[in-house]
Amino acid sequence: MIEIDRVTKVFGAGAEAFRALDAVNVTIRQNEFFTLLGPSGCGKTTLLRVMAGFVDPTEGAVTLEGDDLLRLAPYERPVNTVFQSYALFPHMTVAENIGFGLEMQGRPRDEVRRTVGEMLELVRMSELADRRTSEISGGQQQRVALARALAPRPRVLLLDEPLSALDFKLRKDMQLELKRLQSETGITFIFVTHDQEEALTMSDRIAVMNEGAIRQIGSPRDIYDHPAERFVADFIGDTNFLEAELLSKEEARAEVRLASGAAVTARAAEGGAEAGAVTLAIRPEHADLAPEGEGLLPGRLSDVVYFGTDTHFHVDLDAGGRFVVRRQNTPDRAEARAPGERVAVRFGARVGQVLRD
Amino acid sequence: MAGTASARPAPARDLAAARRREERRTRALLLAPAMAILIFAASGPLLIVLAYSFLTPGDYGGVVWEFSLKAWFNVFAERDFFTGEIELADAHLSIFWRSIKLSAMTTALCLLIGFPTAYFIATRPRKTRDFWMLLVIIPFWTNLLIRTFAIMELIRNEGTVNSFLIWTGLIDTPIQMMFTEFALLVGMAYVYLPLMILPVYAALERFDFRLVEAGYDLYAGRWQVLRRIVLPLAKPGVVAGSILVFVPCLGAYVTPRVLGGGKNMMLGNFIELQFGQGRNWPLGAALALTLLVIVMAALIVYVRAVGREEGGRHG
Repeated sequence: MIEIDRVTKVFGAGAEAFRALDAVNVTIRQNEFFTLLGPSGCGKTTLLRVMAGFVDPTEGAVTLEGDDLLRLAPYERPVNTVFQSYALFPHMTVAENIGFGLEMQGRPRDEVRRTVGEMLELVRMSELADRRTSEISGGQQQRVALARALAPRPRVLLLDEPLSALDFKLRKDMQLELKRLQSETGITFIFVTHDQEEALTMSDRIAVMNEGAIRQIGSPRDIYDHPAERFVADFIGDTNFLEAELLSKEEARAEVRLASGAAVTARAAEGGAEAGAVTLAIRPEHADLAPEGEGLLPGRLSDVVYFGTDTHFHVDLDAGGRFVVRRQNTPDRAEARAPGERVAVRFGARVGQVLRD
Repeated sequence: MAGTASARPAPARDLAAARRREERRTRALLLAPAMAILIFAASGPLLIVLAYSFLTPGDYGGVVWEFSLKAWFNVFAERDFFTGEIELADAHLSIFWRSIKLSAMTTALCLLIGFPTAYFIATRPRKTRDFWMLLVIIPFWTNLLIRTFAIMELIRNEGTVNSFLIWTGLIDTPIQMMFTEFALLVGMAYVYLPLMILPVYAALERFDFRLVEAGYDLYAGRWQVLRRIVLPLAKPGVVAGSILVFVPCLGAYVTPRVLGGGKNMMLGNFIELQFGQGRNWPLGAALALTLLVIVMAALIVYVRAVGREEGGRHG
């Protein structure tokens, strides 16, 4: 278990001071695949580097199973990193790269050789053991970097956007590979990415970061279905935002009145207003189209966009604003609706999410 | 090109051959000045020196065109004036030995000072690196003699260092530094230090310092990161710097002359002596060629040794 307690990092001083991390609190569980997700400059990499020991926080504490990590130099921490640039040693072979950490730990020679062999097998690189790192492809380099970081059996593996340099198909393969490695080794993975899809597919839990702070922590489903804030809802997936009036609120259950006058039950994020004007977030695929007069929000269909797997219906609402409904395509269903038609948007109870802000 | 283009389209093979010829001609033209310099300014004089070393010294300098192996014999040996026995030329050998020893020590000292300096500069923000390099290079633009006299001013008995030490009360009589091997070492290290810093800096500037973080991350301490990651990757710069310092040190003339006095003669001075007061041009020529052989042998040994350490993978 890693506990990050009110970690703050300020770069520079005076007028040029930049607050990269602002009192970040998070607890990462043993054996968890934990993702730090956010746009570039949100502080996710800085937080990772604090855990690795390359950045000293201005304030706060970081503990691993109760041990103070900040007291330890990077080479004393049972934590290894897969760097974004891989940072493989160009003057060593693949096998020498993987064995480096073990060698530095002073493990016996035959143990090093055995572990390197296991690691090569784990990442399926056994045939390329004696190649130089400049002689292998980007995907292979990525796997070597992974094996090198896993070989000393760290308690925590930090991954700094390790897939960003790979092409799409390779990235998909590596995502599954990473998941497999994590469950096979039982090591806690802390993964940094700006790619929401990557975060959703791989993580046990995600922390969404923005401007040096964690905005929301939860399972991929939690984060996607129940974003707490506008930033989270906006950053992950597509979202419709509706102005609404909060009528009543009881824990996570909220009654809201939409601009069309219709009332509906929604979920409410923790914190936030108890009454008055609120914003309601609804995912495009969680809503549907209804004939005029039946749904919650009447409007006029302005665009129908075909995407292969699904079709997007853009509705200009009578109450103002635009709402997008996404419907999966099936081969036997012909889409009869055409732009200009009068329709209504409908969605079920507890589908809408009342945002904190 | 217009001249070679014919009305009929030429077969591709002819065109390729023509282009190759053209390239060869361009290359020959570009190489011509360098070749001319090499032939007339390097090989030519070298051949003259080689010829002189097999001739007989003239009474007032110069040579007499009479074949003799005496000069080469005298490089390493001498005939006792009284007994006529052949013995090793101790005086010559000690000069050779001193030159090699001091050159090696100077190279080591330059590396010891130059590597951290280059590392420091290479890790500064890009904007300030040029400034630091300028500080390294400015002395290099200054006349060698002036730099040597500057060192003399520092280390002579009434010089800055001794005056300061006496003023602080640490010593009461000046430490004799001038005209010692120490003076030579300090002087040559000072003079040739930029030649070490420049190539090492060039190597470190290309070095990816993220590898240092990777090393720390993988349980390597500072020393191990230096030894296992930084040094191997900076080696081309270290090798180049060592050669650039060692070679001119072996033949150094001005610095030993000013700082070493007559007692600590190095090869450069000894060779000069033969062409000057010694009036033994053939011996000077033979000594100069011996120096050339030593330099080449040292380079071969050094490059071999460094290459082997690499495990022969880099070739």
